Amino acid sequence: MLNRALGRTPHYIVAGGLAVLFLFPLLWNTWASVSPQPGTAQQSGYGLGNYRTLLDYDAGLWRYLLNSTAVSALTVAVTLGVSLLGGYAFARFDFPGRNALFLLTLAILMVPYATLLIPLYVLLDRIHLQNSLVGLSLVLAVFQLPFATFMMRISFEAVPRELEESALVDGCGTAGALRRVLLPAVRPGLITVGLFAFLAAWNDFIAPLILISDSEKAPLPLAVANLRQQSMGAVDYGATEAGVVVLAVPCLLVFLLLQRHYVRGFMSGALKG
Amino acid sequence: MQVKAPGRATHASPARPEHPVRPRPTTPLWRSRTAQGLAYAAPTAVFVAVFFLLPLLLVGQMSLSDWPLLAGDRGGNAPENYTDVTDSPLFWPAIRFTLLYTVLVTVVLLGLALLLALLVQESRPAAGFFRTVYFLPGAVGLASASLLFWGLYSPTTGPLSRILESLGLVDDPVSFLGSPTSALLSTVFLVVWKFAGFYMLILLVGLQRIPHEVYEAARTDGASRGQIFRSITLPLLRPSLALSLLLCVTGSLLAFDQFFILTKGGPDNSTVTIVQLIYREAFQRLDLGTAAALSIIVLGALLLLNVLQFRGLRRADES
Repeated sequence: MLNRALGRTPHYIVAGGLAVLFLFPLLWNTWASVSPQPGTAQQSGYGLGNYRTLLDYDAGLWRYLLNSTAVSALTVAVTLGVSLLGGYAFARFDFPGRNALFLLTLAILMVPYATLLIPLYVLLDRIHLQNSLVGLSLVLAVFQLPFATFMMRISFEAVPRELEESALVDGCGTAGALRRVLLPAVRPGLITVGLFAFLAAWNDFIAPLILISDSEKAPLPLAVANLRQQSMGAVDYGATEAGVVVLAVPCLLVFLLLQRHYVRGFMSGALKG
Repeated sequence: MQVKAPGRATHASPARPEHPVRPRPTTPLWRSRTAQGLAYAAPTAVFVAVFFLLPLLLVGQMSLSDWPLLAGDRGGNAPENYTDVTDSPLFWPAIRFTLLYTVLVTVVLLGLALLLALLVQESRPAAGFFRTVYFLPGAVGLASASLLFWGLYSPTTGPLSRILESLGLVDDPVSFLGSPTSALLSTVFLVVWKFAGFYMLILLVGLQRIPHEVYEAARTDGASRGQIFRSITLPLLRPSLALSLLLCVTGSLLAFDQFFILTKGGPDNSTVTIVQLIYREAFQRLDLGTAAALSIIVLGALLLLNVLQFRGLRRADES
């Protein structure tokens, strides 16, 4: 027993050392956001001065949090809605153009996001959705569609057909069968898709940078990056560090809560990929 | 299904010989399975058409036209945008830099990810804990991680410079982002920290697909750990490695957030990537046409690369 434990020790030293390296930036940033630093609102002692700076910065932290929450919620809702219906269609129905549409949806993956943002900027302008959180959410949702549709299609295919057929025999329409019988069965897939969409929308930087021109409408990552860039000469590291904490905490919490789903969904995707 | 449900038809005319009841003709068109399938797929179709196909066509048209950001003449000017792109003094340096960055990140990132996956693959105590810790930076966004490292690297308030100073390794505060080489390496370090856990997960999936019997057979034959790794683990891991390679190369070629936030392309434009160049053409030089032409070039190059890599991936899958 002792021998085996000793045999493992080098393994734990390497694994533990790496764990410290991976955790250090996160822990340091959290600590730095409440520590005294010259040139910040937290000049002496520990406290929330940097967070107060953030509260009053430009349009205010609450505004940016609200923007980020709205964009994420809308992106998740649209992604879930479209991929739920699309996944059902691709898994269970036969219609002309089915395979072409599925492949075309997957092809979104082949086209780099950044190269489509220039035409999307022009296009959104024409349909009066430029500089709007709705337009931004729609764009973010489109780039979630390949993974989401793929995921929902395999989720529906994993449900036995008999389950749905018995519902149809009992007089449900396909919509009723979807809502009453299939929805609970594909919930793990929906959670995975929702989680991916949330993390992507909450964290995205380049799409709001290009599509949002009004600082009132900036989501949080853009606002915090602006906070750093706009301060001429004197840089407020403390407020930036506080901003990183506000940005990261929801992601870390959501990930830790839904970790099992994330890893499972991720693995089923990677297996087929 | 309809065969079982309506008993009415047979009740009304019991004399009629029993046909198998065909549901199709009696169902209104909008209720047929084909129509319903189309209806469920319609939102996807609309999205793909409006936000994917239309912009694709538009970027092609824009790349062939004069297209100032603000109002102005938008006539055709082919191939001026394309020659503008290749004449730009930043074009070739940006390509060289992006390729250099991609090679560096890919080698370091996949090497470390493989090490992490091997460290946490077996069901040792605390393997799950280490997996979570290694993945945690992956849950933080790239822009947030870049802002975090920007503070970490600060010569005045960042801890890294102070740690090096207190260890006596340097005398003056270190400017991690101050020289072209250290700016590049500092960015690579950030990206490796952020993504290593993600690629570790992909490689773990691959490791778990290798049957235990293969290892046991090798051990019975007296193979050493090094031999097992070289002749069993690595070859059987090839599909996962190929997938990681595909994602990592594509992602790195499109690098933007980390350089935009950490280095702003500096010092002296030494860290300008291709996507940053697109951004600069469009929103600093206010020329959407040239930005579109550059987008088309990037799109074509990546499409080609993806096709080549997919072929490699498939071959790796077959072997």
